[in-house]
Amino acid sequence: MKVSYYPGCSLEGTAADYAASIAAVAPLLDLELAEIEDWNCCGASAAHSLDRHLALALPARNLALAEAAGLDVVVPCALCFNRLKAADQALGSAKKARQGLAVQGGLKIWDLLDYFTQDIFLERLAQKVIKPLAGLKAVGYYGCLVARPPAVTGKVDYENPRNLEKLLEVLGGSPLDWSFKTDCCGAGLALPRPDLIDTLGQRLYDRALQAGAQGFVVSCQMCQANLDLSQERISRKSGRNYDLPVLYFTELIGLALGHPQAQDWLAKHLVDPRPLLKRLGLI
Amino acid sequence: MKNLGAETVRPESGPPSAELLERLGRETELAVAACYQCKKCSSGCPLTFAMDLLPDQVIRLALLGQEEQLLSCRTIWVCSSCQTCTTRCPNRVDIAGVMDWLKEEALKQGKEGSAPEVAAFHRFFLEAVRAHGGRVSEAHLVRRFTLFKLWRRPDLGELLGNFKLGLKLMKRGRLRLAGPRALKGRAEIDKIFEPYRTQT
Repeated sequence: MKVSYYPGCSLEGTAADYAASIAAVAPLLDLELAEIEDWNCCGASAAHSLDRHLALALPARNLALAEAAGLDVVVPCALCFNRLKAADQALGSAKKARQGLAVQGGLKIWDLLDYFTQDIFLERLAQKVIKPLAGLKAVGYYGCLVARPPAVTGKVDYENPRNLEKLLEVLGGSPLDWSFKTDCCGAGLALPRPDLIDTLGQRLYDRALQAGAQGFVVSCQMCQANLDLSQERISRKSGRNYDLPVLYFTELIGLALGHPQAQDWLAKHLVDPRPLLKRLGLI
Repeated sequence: MKNLGAETVRPESGPPSAELLERLGRETELAVAACYQCKKCSSGCPLTFAMDLLPDQVIRLALLGQEEQLLSCRTIWVCSSCQTCTTRCPNRVDIAGVMDWLKEEALKQGKEGSAPEVAAFHRFFLEAVRAHGGRVSEAHLVRRFTLFKLWRRPDLGELLGNFKLGLKLMKRGRLRLAGPRALKGRAEIDKIFEPYRTQT
């Protein structure tokens, strides 16, 4: 199976671990990711906050490139996914002429988690698990923008998505239920307003611990960065010693399928997940 | 009137006017008049603790034409665009979209003063995309924002923390000092940025 792949800027930087794990596990699922050639930044929060033209025109160029390739598009970053979907909706149809942007619209755009948790892939995964993640108790944390707003994302279960949990179960781990799976981590406010991330992050750590979690499973690199990179600071400021690794679902797929490089991805985290995984006998 | 942790609506409201409502109707699809003040937006908002106006108050004030108050409030800049309000509104008011519209308008009128660091961050982000020919350079963004903080409101503890964090990320291959290479379609990117350039 072959799909177009739009990685987004942060997968070339702070989410290098996510990028490496995606590239490694896709072939294990017989999936070919064809990176869209010469893709550009989607504009992120900055564009939709400051300039409605850029908010559409930047993703529109990517849509035009993807339309030329003619395949479904898979996007690992929640924000990129959201912006591409929003532009596809806004520009497909009669409006495109007015905007002067050559987009047909109606392209099938997937967020990576949704794509990987289709029945066909879950079945393949179930057959390929060689190191079940026995004893790993984690909460699924989806964040905002793969789900909301449903008018843009097209999601049905936007208040209570369950595919991270389903996936973790297939991989042999123990997903825990909690009420904060789609709450906001603060996203792009991390640099300009770290004080806000302190409050939002601590709330999520506390709730995850209350649920009995040893860590988070995420599908958004912004959520990963905020929960992983801020944890030491939040621990220091709050006087609590949080130790909650923030794992990408693709890293867990790699672990459960015995990918030899899985430990390299984990070594890039700031909250080191390896002591926990060693304790559980998973690495 | 105190609720959900936000401060009282500031008293300096002007007389009600339909001007803002008419403008939103003309320029956007943001239908604020559909709001019946159920406050579901504010109840679900994760950032009310940092806001001076609650999301439902923003919509009400838009309806009443209180543009000055809205463009100078803190709320629009601490909104993280998580889309919970827009998702849950029973009347399909795109509250997060209204926040975006107000941010853009505040910037045009030079009124981002209530949260200068957020507006600056967004500006530097777009600058970092343009300067590197189509993809954002995280290092460029961090450098630019650090200079801004040093100049505007230096916080040595925070700076030192960010510096240490940057080193850790670099060691782990998660922060590259060299920016991304310019795209082949760099000229297209420049063209996309043209209207933005002339406006700011």
